[in-house]
Amino acid sequence: MASNFGFSQDPHHMEAGLESPVDERVVLHSFSPLIKEASPSSEERREAVEMQDLAEEQDGDDQAFLSSSALVGRGRGRLGAKQVNPLVRARWSAATQRVLCSMPSRTIGRSQNAVISQCYNRSVRRLRRQSQPSIRDFSLSARPSIRGYRMEVTSEDEENTREQLVKNLQALSAGDRIRMLRAMPINMTEKSELRKLACSFKEKRPRSSTGISFFSRVKYYVIITLQHGWCSWLSFLQSLQLWQVAVKTIGGRFGTGVLSYFLFLKTLLLFNVFHFFVNGLFLVIPQAVNPPRPGAAEISFTGLELLTGGGYFTDTVMFYGYYTNSSLNETCQPSLKLTCAGAPDPAGCRGGDGATQMSYNIPAAYFFTTGAAFFVTCIILVYSMSKSFGQSFHIKKSRSNLTTKVFFSWDFKVIKKSSVKLQAENLCTQLKELLSEVNCRQVEKSQVQRLSWLAVHALAWTMCLASTLACACLVFFFLDEHHPLSPNDEASLLALPALVSSINLLQPGFFNAVAWMEEYDSPSVRAYVAIFRNLLLKVSVLGVLCYHWLGKIAANSKSLGLTCWESYVGQELYRFLLMDFIFTILDTLFGEFLWKLFSQRVLRRQRKPVFDIARNVLELVYGQTLAWLGVLFSPLLPAVQIIKLLLLFYMKKTSLMMNCQAPRRPWRASQMTTFFISLLCFPSFLGAAVCVTYTIWMLEPSAECGPFRKLSTMAMSGKSWVAELVNAHPKLAWLCWVHSHLVENPIFLFVVAGIFLIVTYFHTQVVDGQRKIIVLLQEQIENEGQDKKFLISKLQMAHEEKRSTSSPRQELRSREDSCMD
Amino acid sequence: MGNKQTIFTAQQLDAYQDCTFFTRKEIIRLFHRYRDLAPQLIPLDYTNKPDVKVPYELIGSMPELKENPFRQRIAEVFSEDGEGNMTLDDFLDMFSVLSEMAPRDLKAYYAFKIYDFNNDDYICKSDLEKTLNKLTRNELSEDESRLVCEKVIDEADLDNDGRLSLEDFQHMIVRAPDFLSTFHIRI
Repeated sequence: MASNFGFSQDPHHMEAGLESPVDERVVLHSFSPLIKEASPSSEERREAVEMQDLAEEQDGDDQAFLSSSALVGRGRGRLGAKQVNPLVRARWSAATQRVLCSMPSRTIGRSQNAVISQCYNRSVRRLRRQSQPSIRDFSLSARPSIRGYRMEVTSEDEENTREQLVKNLQALSAGDRIRMLRAMPINMTEKSELRKLACSFKEKRPRSSTGISFFSRVKYYVIITLQHGWCSWLSFLQSLQLWQVAVKTIGGRFGTGVLSYFLFLKTLLLFNVFHFFVNGLFLVIPQAVNPPRPGAAEISFTGLELLTGGGYFTDTVMFYGYYTNSSLNETCQPSLKLTCAGAPDPAGCRGGDGATQMSYNIPAAYFFTTGAAFFVTCIILVYSMSKSFGQSFHIKKSRSNLTTKVFFSWDFKVIKKSSVKLQAENLCTQLKELLSEVNCRQVEKSQVQRLSWLAVHALAWTMCLASTLACACLVFFFLDEHHPLSPNDEASLLALPALVSSINLLQPGFFNAVAWMEEYDSPSVRAYVAIFRNLLLKVSVLGVLCYHWLGKIAANSKSLGLTCWESYVGQELYRFLLMDFIFTILDTLFGEFLWKLFSQRVLRRQRKPVFDIARNVLELVYGQTLAWLGVLFSPLLPAVQIIKLLLLFYMKKTSLMMNCQAPRRPWRASQMTTFFISLLCFPSFLGAAVCVTYTIWMLEPSAECGPFRKLSTMAMSGKSWVAELVNAHPKLAWLCWVHSHLVENPIFLFVVAGIFLIVTYFHTQVVDGQRKIIVLLQEQIENEGQDKKFLISKLQMAHEEKRSTSSPRQELRSREDSCMD
Repeated sequence: MGNKQTIFTAQQLDAYQDCTFFTRKEIIRLFHRYRDLAPQLIPLDYTNKPDVKVPYELIGSMPELKENPFRQRIAEVFSEDGEGNMTLDDFLDMFSVLSEMAPRDLKAYYAFKIYDFNNDDYICKSDLEKTLNKLTRNELSEDESRLVCEKVIDEADLDNDGRLSLEDFQHMIVRAPDFLSTFHIRI
């Protein structure tokens, strides 16, 4: 979900996300005196109420009994269906109910805010109903509310509560106060009143002018300015409102599940925009402004270049080969007033004689830009993954399926009439299914059945793995035998990408067919298995390709006749990206549009085809992997990816609107979003990062082109730049030391990786332990519930006994009275 | 930041911004959405806090709420008079709680109130039945509906009094991480 992605976060998001125990403790602390105040008053009320007539109580009991007589006989399953449950709930006497409602768990709930607000709301509501409460307020509520007992309400109650709330708000810091205000379930008018009171009181406090020193004042000023700047930047980003209307329409018609695909697409777009921005600013623009000496021959532009990336594009900013391996020197003459693009070089324009030099070291820039972009992307990915993992974390317990479905599965975002109708139908079907699951017994599988189940699954997996292996071998042999390396035969360069894309398109169909014969316990397991198989296929094909490019071509580039293997690899990746896009268009056209026509006209089915979220997301991840692999060799590849994603969004949206309908099964949006982001992080980004790191550290760049020519590895450029820097400025010797001992020394990297792994291991153990504790606590809660049930029934029995001993006495008394008359 | 607007005073906008999860721009946009419901009723100048309410019929005809089975309950819960006629404050409050930035506890509180049809601070069996009917458009049979209600109370009622209190409800929410994304109306 885009809102989980660090880019589009704003202070509101961050505040809403802070439901940490620290905040609750603060709230507890600040609101507990109010609760203590509330409970004695309720106790008083209870006493006052207890002093009421026994007769009234009896009446109340009879009423309760009469109204609940219909419920008698519906025993709870656990105690046996036949016997009448002695704990039939609504038959409890008023005395028992009074005790129940003043239990601590009712008066001090988990959400302190809700309790306070309930107090406040109730007192405000009481005031509003100046007249006697109407008949319908005399509900059989067990709460010691005012309605049933006709007590008088004073305006002092409301004033007290409000004063206490205001005092508690003032005790908090400004940020906390706003957060508390926003999270309070009180209506807006009251909230703004409280806020006014809380803020105005604070202003009356005299400011200490001598308390803050000058230095800290400056520090605060800087911090506040930075915060303001950051907030305005984020609000600017939000106000761009990319695709706001489209996202709303899709959500309104198809629900949260399908929407998560489009939000994921938006996230990917933001990643690519960032990459493009960084690359553009530090690489493309400096190089484009200072073109190197022209190459051999002028190649004319033919249309085929757009597909193959070769030809005219080879010698442009788009590919690695264009970049020089020297520093760009700008002559800074006061008369020309040339401005130089952002130079990391500290040597600026010096005054004095006419032609001063300002140099921008392209190889160093290339190396550091790529590294920095990958590093920042990694941080953002890990952060959004951990955040969405935290949100979707929950304990799997099948007990509460029905409740979750009734209360929490209705998607409020859906606003189109037919979609709402569909959602209602789906919910109805699922409820019926759940009921039937609960009612019928689980059939035990016999040995033979289990064996046959295992055999079928083993066969299916063997077939899938074999076909994956076959595809990988096919790609491998095609690369060896048929793939031309000479740029003369340009159209045939497209054969390999077309082959790979068609494998990616057709093989999932084969997997679906294989899965059709298998039997799964639940549909989500089926979905995960399908995703895993597809993932395996893509990873193996990409692995073969990477091995070929980085292993064979890079090593034997001279013998293969390639002058610039990096540009070649960049062009290959460009072709792959483009072919992927073309095949997606074809798949949308044939897969969705024609299939819809086919199923409606020929098969005469009412339902349109379903949008396969998992497969489409996997396609997106695959495309992004290609882009990340290729960014080292083709700095403008993020731009291509941006254009591709933009077109894909509109195409998928149109196809969706015309051809598809929402999936029948409910889609666990938060879990799947976590899954998508982790797919993006682990196989995709990690694989790309490993390949890029290997290329930079181990491979020898080509000798005749690119910014790293005549170096033994690309990483040497960083080292040589640092060495140059140190030569020019001896004071920066520590930088050289840092570079050679930290960045280059493998031991340091091993140590860092080792520490990282250890920390991760500890965290997973902690999370495991916490999960176990949660299970234990849940058991404890259930046991406490049983205890309560037991005690309540005992209490009820005690009350009934008391009544039965007292009512004969009353009857005796009344008989005596009547006798005496 | 730069645009001059004459609808609210600066203090009013600040107050709205602090009390809801919306930014200034969104508040202005929401005001225009509110005004579009009844342009002749709502003045363009809110600086002196006019006391105007948009009747429930117009609120219920908003495209975001029109097809929602709980639209009447939502309007009743958030309106001051409890009948569904909403002032601008109520309107902003409603969409602030239903926005994606509201925390889970706040949404839980209001979801509980929405499902509590008789406003007695408990979700009893009749409330549950009404909820089910609204959700499934009366497609479930009587028996099935009764069974579902019983099972739900079985699962969720921790203190065993036959109905769900706010604490029971919040306890259930822990097991539904999708709640934050489903209890969300985009405007």
